[in-house]
Amino acid sequence: MNTIPMSYYLVLSAVMFTLGAIGVIIRRNPLVMFMSLELMFNAANLTFVAFSNAFGNANGQIFVFFVMVVAAAEVAVGLALIVAIFRTRHSIDIDLMNTLKN
Amino acid sequence: MTISWLYIGIFLVVSLGLPAVAIILAGILAPKKPSPEKSIIYECGVDTHGETWVQFKAQYYLIGLVFLIFDIETVFLYPWAVAFDRLGLFAVLEGLLFIGILTGGLVYAWKKGAFEWA
Amino acid sequence: MSLSDLLILLPQAFLLVWASLLLLVDLFISKERKVITAILGAAGLAITLGLTSGQWGSRATGFNQMVVVDNFSVFLSGLFTLAGLVAIVIAYDNMRRTGIHKTEFYSLLLFSVAGMMLMSAAADLIIVFLALELLSIPLYILAGLAVPRAGSAEGAIKYFLLGAFASGFVLYGTALIFGATQGTSLAGIMASIQSGTAELPLLVIGAALLLVGFSFKVAAVPFHMWTPDVYQGAPSPVTGFMSIGAKAAGFAALIRVFSLAFPSLAGQFAPIFAVLAGLTMVVGNVAAVSQVSIKRMLAYSSIAHAGYILMALVPLADPSVAANSTASALTYLVVYGITTLGAWAVISAVENADGGDTSVRDLSGLARQHPWLAAAMTFFMLSFTGIPPLAGFWGKFYLFRTAIEGGYTTLAIIGLLSSLVSAWYYLRVIVMMYFRESEAGASRAPSIQIAAILLALAVLVLGLFPSGLFQLALQALANGVS
Repeated sequence: MNTIPMSYYLVLSAVMFTLGAIGVIIRRNPLVMFMSLELMFNAANLTFVAFSNAFGNANGQIFVFFVMVVAAAEVAVGLALIVAIFRTRHSIDIDLMNTLKN
Repeated sequence: MTISWLYIGIFLVVSLGLPAVAIILAGILAPKKPSPEKSIIYECGVDTHGETWVQFKAQYYLIGLVFLIFDIETVFLYPWAVAFDRLGLFAVLEGLLFIGILTGGLVYAWKKGAFEWA
Repeated sequence: MSLSDLLILLPQAFLLVWASLLLLVDLFISKERKVITAILGAAGLAITLGLTSGQWGSRATGFNQMVVVDNFSVFLSGLFTLAGLVAIVIAYDNMRRTGIHKTEFYSLLLFSVAGMMLMSAAADLIIVFLALELLSIPLYILAGLAVPRAGSAEGAIKYFLLGAFASGFVLYGTALIFGATQGTSLAGIMASIQSGTAELPLLVIGAALLLVGFSFKVAAVPFHMWTPDVYQGAPSPVTGFMSIGAKAAGFAALIRVFSLAFPSLAGQFAPIFAVLAGLTMVVGNVAAVSQVSIKRMLAYSSIAHAGYILMALVPLADPSVAANSTASALTYLVVYGITTLGAWAVISAVENADGGDTSVRDLSGLARQHPWLAAAMTFFMLSFTGIPPLAGFWGKFYLFRTAIEGGYTTLAIIGLLSSLVSAWYYLRVIVMMYFRESEAGASRAPSIQIAAILLALAVLVLGLFPSGLFQLALQALANGVS
């Protein structure tokens, strides 16, 4: 089996991370923003796993376990917030959230 | 390298071809006797009544969230369950403590009524 | 891992266990007796404070060098637990008055404090990330505690989205650093840089991403956009805790990581820190001037104070000033923490019962109705401005002095000028309280008044005897950092 060069993984993860970051900045639906956040987290996970594989040590892979669990906990909190917001105002558009102002 | 791309190409052709042939053959061979009953949208079971875009109960999301948390914790339990006999007593106790903490969370969610559907 | 590892992290572990049990015990406490939960929460923090101060003077690493307990971590842990204690005292009265007394507050606060303490003891980027999340996730929930109130949910979701965004940067930065140095322990990273095996471009990008992530946490310009909305939307006691806790934890991570893992990069990062510090001071102070809401005003003021502290991280590469400048950052964190907690205590007392926004105007005439609260608030505002002989003056004095010693006179001048601007909006509060006719209502609960007065006294005492705190901060660095 051919081994895939390290740089492929790095480029892919960099592209994923950038797409995620752009998504968080330009999208206005919190659910899509969540997905973009997940993309950022998983870009980092991919980098960890790729380096871990290249170095032959398991540290990076263990890191990924923690990241997955932490990301799930984070998303649970975020989704709960969205449900709470939706129940009070029946819309979750970030741009309509402008009651906090001077 | 090129040979493996060739395999992918062959698989692609076969996997596209098979359903295409099946659909075209069915179109040619099948007898056509349309009736109003046959041309309604296919759905499993009985016809739907009323609006399909109903709002789910908030409870639905609550249970979904609780499931999400407990589901993802198995990521730690799986490697522990595979290797705990080689890890020694301390690691076993650690895993049990982890499950204990999860149980605490479960008790909290239960007592707060997160699983009550009514 | 063994039992001795657990002993090293005893304060954090104790606090986590206590918080988990508190969450369960609270289920069985009847609604009228929720004061028990508050007392138990405070007791947990007090015991943790005792445990952690017992570790002063020793240095120990555990869990395969992933955590290190030294004076630095003990110093900051003390700050975090004290901030948590004050937050509980403020919150009990405020939350009952504004009708949002949800007792999960106490457990979540304890979890967050545990995360902050872990952050100050982190010696590995994995722990930095886990601690960051452990302190942030409870804070997201706390910010949304008043949820039927529209502003609270809005602030919470903004805080959540930008907080997770920042975590993404920290995480990706960590991944790149892991790739560059084959490890995530701070000591290992430094060893790899010194032996020349590290891949420098990757390392620099990773370090820059970490810097971006932490800049979000400490609310440095241009990563500060979330701060005013979150500070305004969250319940006031939570904001008070957040304004010192999250900031100090962010700075703890910055100091640990940049002085232990990349001392050799600190020189390259000095101009970046300098620009960040300058921008943060100027933007924070200028934007605060035009605010009507006092919560937004203090949010911008907290941004400005982050700028002052960032100034201390600029000369990190210069070994002759590094110790003094880091110590002045720690000193300022304590001084700022006391002052900001006090100011938020007063706001918590003044806040309307419907929990709506509090404007600077709402403080008018406070001196007549509540002379003690007004006097305390005067102390806090003067300390924020940096008027001698209050603690804020000495905090700024040490910061500006080390900036000049490090050769960043321009930065010190920018800081001085921007704090002149800040005098305008801080003094406006005092003018409102003493020279305007109106009846400002406020809580008459003794707990909140006593807390405000004690914090005001602390501001005065630290101002009269400033060198003690600075010496303590120097000792905090003696057996670990720098």
